[in-house]
Amino acid sequence: MIEYAVLKNTQTGWGLWRLLLPSLLLTFFCLQGLQAQSADQHSSEQGSFEQQALRKQQTLEQQTLANEPRNTLVVGSKAFAEGYLLGEILAQLLESDGFQVERRLGLGKTLITYEALAHGEIDVYVEYTGTLLQAILKQPADAAKIPFDMAKLNAALQNRGLQVLPPLGFNSTYALVMSANKKQAFNIQTIGDLTQYADWVVSISHEFMHRPDGWFQLKEAYQLPQKAGGIEHSLAYEAINNGSIAITDAYSTDGDIATRGLELLEDNLGFFPEYLALPLVRQSMPDAAKASIMQLAGTIDERLMQQLNAKVLQEDQSYASVARDFLNDAGLKDGLSLNDGLSLTERLLTRLQPLIKPLKEHLQLTFSALLAATLLGVGVGLLCYRSHKLSRLLIYSTGLMQTIPSLALLALLIPIFGIGWLPAVIALFVYSLLPIVRSTLTSLVTIDPLLKEVALGLGLTHKQQILKVYLPMALPGMLTGIKTAAVISIGTATLASFIGAGGLGDPIITGLSLNDHSLVLLGAIPAALLAIMTEWLFERLERRWIPAHMRGR
Amino acid sequence: MPVDAVSACVEMSRLSFHYQQQCLFDQLNLRLEYGELMALCGPSGCGKSSLLKLINGLLTPSAGSIRVFGQALSAVDAEALRQRMGYAVQKIGLFPHLTTEENIRLVANTRKIDEQAQQQRIDFLLDMFNLSKSLLKRYPHELSGGQAQRVGLCRALMLKPKLLLLDEAFSAVDPISRFDIYREFLKLQQAEGFSVVLVTHDMREAHFLAHSIVVMEAGQIIRQGKMDQVIAQPDHPLVSRLVKEHLLCEA
Repeated sequence: MIEYAVLKNTQTGWGLWRLLLPSLLLTFFCLQGLQAQSADQHSSEQGSFEQQALRKQQTLEQQTLANEPRNTLVVGSKAFAEGYLLGEILAQLLESDGFQVERRLGLGKTLITYEALAHGEIDVYVEYTGTLLQAILKQPADAAKIPFDMAKLNAALQNRGLQVLPPLGFNSTYALVMSANKKQAFNIQTIGDLTQYADWVVSISHEFMHRPDGWFQLKEAYQLPQKAGGIEHSLAYEAINNGSIAITDAYSTDGDIATRGLELLEDNLGFFPEYLALPLVRQSMPDAAKASIMQLAGTIDERLMQQLNAKVLQEDQSYASVARDFLNDAGLKDGLSLNDGLSLTERLLTRLQPLIKPLKEHLQLTFSALLAATLLGVGVGLLCYRSHKLSRLLIYSTGLMQTIPSLALLALLIPIFGIGWLPAVIALFVYSLLPIVRSTLTSLVTIDPLLKEVALGLGLTHKQQILKVYLPMALPGMLTGIKTAAVISIGTATLASFIGAGGLGDPIITGLSLNDHSLVLLGAIPAALLAIMTEWLFERLERRWIPAHMRGR
Repeated sequence: MPVDAVSACVEMSRLSFHYQQQCLFDQLNLRLEYGELMALCGPSGCGKSSLLKLINGLLTPSAGSIRVFGQALSAVDAEALRQRMGYAVQKIGLFPHLTTEENIRLVANTRKIDEQAQQQRIDFLLDMFNLSKSLLKRYPHELSGGQAQRVGLCRALMLKPKLLLLDEAFSAVDPISRFDIYREFLKLQQAEGFSVVLVTHDMREAHFLAHSIVVMEAGQIIRQGKMDQVIAQPDHPLVSRLVKEHLLCEA
C-alpha cells in the first residue's frame, strides 16, 4: 500500500505554523505540569503499557537530545497490513542478528511515519520509491517513471540524515481492480478498455484521487469517460462485492485481490510510476544493522508479497508468525521467534479484551486536554472579555487553530514533541479551545449591562463581581462550551492512535487497515458510549450547579 | 452656593460630564446635607439618572469634583464608599441566579457581617416593605414587579447606608399600599438619619417624601429649594406645570 500525500500541503503549512508557535509553546508549559502528574500516576501501575511506552519515550528523548547512538533499534511502520508485516520482518531479522529491537508499528500515514524517522523517534521503516520521490522529496509526478536510481535517491536524502537501502524486490504500485466475473463477462483486459463503459461507477480512495499521479492524470492519459467518487479504501472491496461500484483503485500486492475474486486491469500505457518497497533508515544507524537489513534485498517479489499479505488478512495468521515463516523460508533466520504464534485476532483480542486500557488512555487524553483547555480558555476569556478587540482576536485565533486538519496538526507537532501522549494531548487541547473560549466570551459579554452596573453600584470588588455575579451567570453557557469540547475531544482522540498515544483509536485504526469490522466497532462503540456518557455527566453537573430557570431549553 | 466649612453628604462643584461627545452637564453645583431627603425631578433624558451614577462613581465626571462624605470618589477605595451608599433602580437588577435572600445578603456576606445581625435586618426590612418571608427562597423571576422592586429596596438598605440613591425605585410598587410604604420609609429615614437622593417622575411621591427638590431640564438645574417653597413659587414654566399636575392629582 502506498500512503496519503499529505506532505504536499506542509509547505504552505509552515507559515501558519510559525504563527502558531508562540501559542503552542505556552500550551507546552501549561502541560508540562500535567504530564509530570500523569507520569506519577503511570509509575504506580507497575508494568502497564503506558508506563513502558512513557519510559521508552523518555529514554528516547534523552538519547535523542544527547545525540548518542542508542543501543535499541526502533523499527517503525505505517498503519496498514503490509506495513505492519514488513516492520515485523525487519524487527525479527534484526533481533535474530543480535540487535535489541523496539517495535513502533502502525504509526500512521506517510507524513507521521516519515517525521518520526526524520526526528529520530524511529530508525527504520519501509517506504516506497514513488511516495518517497513525490510526497517527501517533492519531485514532479513523472520522476517516479524514470527507472529507480539508488545513488540519486541517496544523494537527495543526504542532508536529511537519511538513506535508503536496496529494494526488497516487489513493486507495490497502484492499479485499478474490478470483479473477475464482470471482467470476463465484458471481456476487459486493460484500463483502456474502460472507455466504452461510461456509466460504470468508479469509486476511488481519497488519497488516489488527489495524488499528482492519481485519478485525474490517469483519466486524462486513458481518456476515461467515467466520473469518480471518493470512497474509504477499506470499504471499496465490499462495495464491489455487492455491486454498488464497478471499479476502484488497489495496490498490486494487495492480498485481498485474489481472495475476493477481483482482478487487476493491465496498465497498458505504463501510466503508474514505480513504488519499489525499500528500507528507509537513518544514516546514523550502525553499519552492522544496515547490513542485516540489506539481506532482505530482492527477496520478496509481488507474488510473494501478495501471499504474505493474504496469510495475515485471509488466513488470520499473526504478523509475527508470517514474518518468522518468511525469514525461515528465505534462510535469513533460524530458530524460534520470541513472539508466540497466536493469530492476529487472538493477539488483538487478548490485547483489547478488557478494553479498559484503551478506554483509560482515551479518558486520560481527553480529560487532560479538556482540563488544560478549560483553565486556559476560561482564564483568557475572563481576562479579555472587556475588550472587544481582544475578544475578537481570541475568537479568530482559536478558530484558526480549529481549521488545521487533525492529522496535519498531529504531524506538525511531531518535530517538537515527538510522538505519544504529549502531542496528542496538545492537539486535543488546541481543538477544545475554540468552543470553550467562544462560549466563555459570549456568556460574559451578553450579561445584562444593568446587572453589571448594579454589581458595581452595590460595592462589590472586581474579584467579587466575577466570582459572585459574572461566573455564576456565565456558567450555563460555559458548561455548554466545555461539553461541546469534551464531545469533540472524545471523537478526535481516536486519531491519537496514529502517533502512538493509544486510546480507542487503536482498535479502530487497526481494524480499518485490516478490514476487520468487528475490531473497528470494538473501538467505535465505546467511543460513542463515552460521548453519550459525557453528555449525561454534564447534564448532571448542570442540574447540580445551575438553578432550573437558568438552564435554558 | 455658600462655602461651608462643614462637609456635606454630597457636594458637586463645577461638575461637567460629557457622554459620547455630548455635553450632559456643564459646571453643575449641588449640595446635599446629611439627613436631607432631596427629590430630583424633570422630564425624561434631563440627566437625573446620570447624576446619580456620578455620585456613586458608575460614571466619571469630565471635569469638576464630587465629594461624598467629604471624600473624593477617586481618592479612596471606591468599593468601601459604595457600600455606604444604597442604590436601587427602577429596573431593579436582581441577580437571576440568586434567590431573594441571596440577593439581599450578597454584599453583607462578602463583608462577613454577623449572621444574627443580618437575619434581624432582613426580618425588619421585609416587615417594613410588607414582604412575606416565603419570598426569600424564591428566584427573582418568581416575584411580581412590585415585589421585586421592594426586594431591591431591601438590598439597598441592607447595610444601613448613610446615603441612599433611588432611581424611580418605587415606580412599580402597588398604588394602594404605596403610601404605607412611604410612611414606613420616612420613619426609617428619620431613625437612621441617612440622606436620600430620590429621582422620580412622580411629583406626589416627591412631595410626600422629600424635604427639598431640584428640578432639571436638559442637564441644567432650573429650580431648587425647599419643597414647600418651590410648590408655592414655581418661578419657571416647567416647574409650574409639574406643580399644577401634582395639585390636580391631589384634588
